[in-house]
Amino acid sequence: MQTLYDKLWNQHLVHTESDDPGSMALIYIDRHLVHEVTSPQAFESLKLAGRKPWRLNSILAVADHNVPTTDRSQGIQDPISRLQVDTLDQNCDELGITEFKMNDLRQGIVHVIGPEQGATLPGMTVVCGDSHTSTHGAFGCLAFGIGTSEVEHVLATQCLLMKKSKTMRISVEGNLGLGITAKDIALAIIGEIGTAGGTGYAIEFTGSAIRALSMEGRMTLCNMAIEAGARAGMVAVDDTTIDYIKGRPFAPKNELWNSAVAFWRTLRSDADAVFDRTVTLDATQIKPQVTWGTSPEMVTTIDGIVPDPACVPDEVKRHDMQQALNYMGLSANTPIQKINLDKIFIGSCTNSRIEDLRAAAQIVKGKHIAANIKLALVVPGSGLVKKQAEQEGLDQIFRSAGFEWREPGCSMCLAMNDDRLTAGERCASTSNRNFEGRQGPGGRTHLVSPAMAAAAAIAGHFVDVRKLSN
Amino acid sequence: MEKFETITALVAPMDRANIDTDAIIPKQFLKSIKRTGFGQNLFDEWRYLDHGEPGMDSSQRKLNPAFILNQPRYQGVEILLARANFGCGSSREHAPWSLQDYGFRVIIAPSFADIFFNNCYKIGLLPVVLDAAILDYLFEEVKSIEGYRLTVDLQNQKIISPKREEFTFEIDIFRKQCLLNGLDDIGLTLQHAEKINQFEQKRRNEQPWLFM
Repeated sequence: MQTLYDKLWNQHLVHTESDDPGSMALIYIDRHLVHEVTSPQAFESLKLAGRKPWRLNSILAVADHNVPTTDRSQGIQDPISRLQVDTLDQNCDELGITEFKMNDLRQGIVHVIGPEQGATLPGMTVVCGDSHTSTHGAFGCLAFGIGTSEVEHVLATQCLLMKKSKTMRISVEGNLGLGITAKDIALAIIGEIGTAGGTGYAIEFTGSAIRALSMEGRMTLCNMAIEAGARAGMVAVDDTTIDYIKGRPFAPKNELWNSAVAFWRTLRSDADAVFDRTVTLDATQIKPQVTWGTSPEMVTTIDGIVPDPACVPDEVKRHDMQQALNYMGLSANTPIQKINLDKIFIGSCTNSRIEDLRAAAQIVKGKHIAANIKLALVVPGSGLVKKQAEQEGLDQIFRSAGFEWREPGCSMCLAMNDDRLTAGERCASTSNRNFEGRQGPGGRTHLVSPAMAAAAAIAGHFVDVRKLSN
Repeated sequence: MEKFETITALVAPMDRANIDTDAIIPKQFLKSIKRTGFGQNLFDEWRYLDHGEPGMDSSQRKLNPAFILNQPRYQGVEILLARANFGCGSSREHAPWSLQDYGFRVIIAPSFADIFFNNCYKIGLLPVVLDAAILDYLFEEVKSIEGYRLTVDLQNQKIISPKREEFTFEIDIFRKQCLLNGLDDIGLTLQHAEKINQFEQKRRNEQPWLFM
């Protein structure tokens, strides 16, 4: 009686020293996604050791963290960013690795393009030198982030040395209310179990509310598993998964498609599988979420207030909360809806897919951003998402509302390119981390769903999307 | 990788939970294509009064005197005491690289984020998990006793205080052997190359769509 995680683990187990579940195992890797920030040192060491990639067609590369989201016809202006992207291009050209270069229509955020291309398939192990690799678990994959030494290890051996995780089932039952999204589920879960709640676990998301999510929603949810401390998040395969994959460039075709689908349908936990921990949430009770602090667990609901550290008995926690409030420039007991904003960011591997852009566009259609909003950015997750949005006229809706419509990349999620907050600026962001300095030194991040970010752009402060007339 | 021998070294306390990888090494420094030189930008936003960018001469920058690692008593530190969930956030190995480049050999905390924890072993930086109550005690000791040094005996899995108190820690046997012997993971894995080949061939036959 196996969980989905057990099945995926066993199907990839190449070697283990003993049957002890705590012992190190050699796990085979099917898909290796590569980007410019965490790969150059791995390629360099590989070369110095006189080694070659084990299996070239397992690798798909793209530059996303450093690329400009404005005009790209002149290349990258920042010489240090340019060197990193050029280094990726050179390494891929030299070794014969498939790469979507910056001006390729298929370029985009690595966690958007993998699924979009069908390069992420059910039953795979998927790794990337990026913690948000958990995103791909939405397809019934075992997907997790790795460090640069492990990037080199996978390049050289097609395997990773690892220990089996414990399993956690997070079951979300019932119907989500109107205007409530996967992002709200993710933040509500993190609020419940904390940013270390999933440490040591692989999480499977189950329940009727999860089954009802689109693939975009499931990706958002699995993406944030790492913010709950879990390296991997996953959702079992169903019709939604299979419908999404069909016809994508890297997906199997014809007879192979039928065999693949038959196998993929086995990728679910057995009914009587036992998990090490189970958490249950009532979907009907989830409200729009807004973070107020400098960790994703510092989160409350749109009708809530900034909490008061004085009410927290634990000394370390109280101190951290006070530090967060100081950094965020917030006072205890301030209603969330009274928090005014300077910038809006709609994008990132969490929320930059077509469904996210549609949800935001629906809110801003026929309206205009508030006078106090200095900049409102929409950064599509890939060139193909951008193209589709433009075909649907979403770019015009955003532009008319005063938003800037940009080229795809990680952008202001981590501000490695020119998109960033300046000190003291406050941003409603659809990204995944509200750490100090994440969106720019001194910048203040509030994590929300795309609809909530869009509504905040129009009002100039946080508002409850459930109460908007349209 | 360098072998990890028993060390006795100066300790510094970072009394804050959830220290994330963006705080350990801010993203503007991730643009380097090298593995070395990150130590000068460890905790950059807390450590300096100005905003740091790659290429700046760190020796000319104004240090934040309030930041713990800038205090004279903690110069030459090799062991860091930290609170829960140390290293949460990104998978960037730049975080352990920068801690190691600064001079740290050991990080002691009640818990670590998974990816960070794993990355540390790959470069020979030892993350040690001790009970929160023991950490509370060590924080008190290091704050009140200037020049406080701990001994880390990896072979016997013990942290030893100047008062000869001993705190045992757990470590996976494989990881311990790799650290003690300075073994290269890739070399070890390639000893199983034949097994990997067989596994791959079987997988290719059963799920050919994974190999297109």
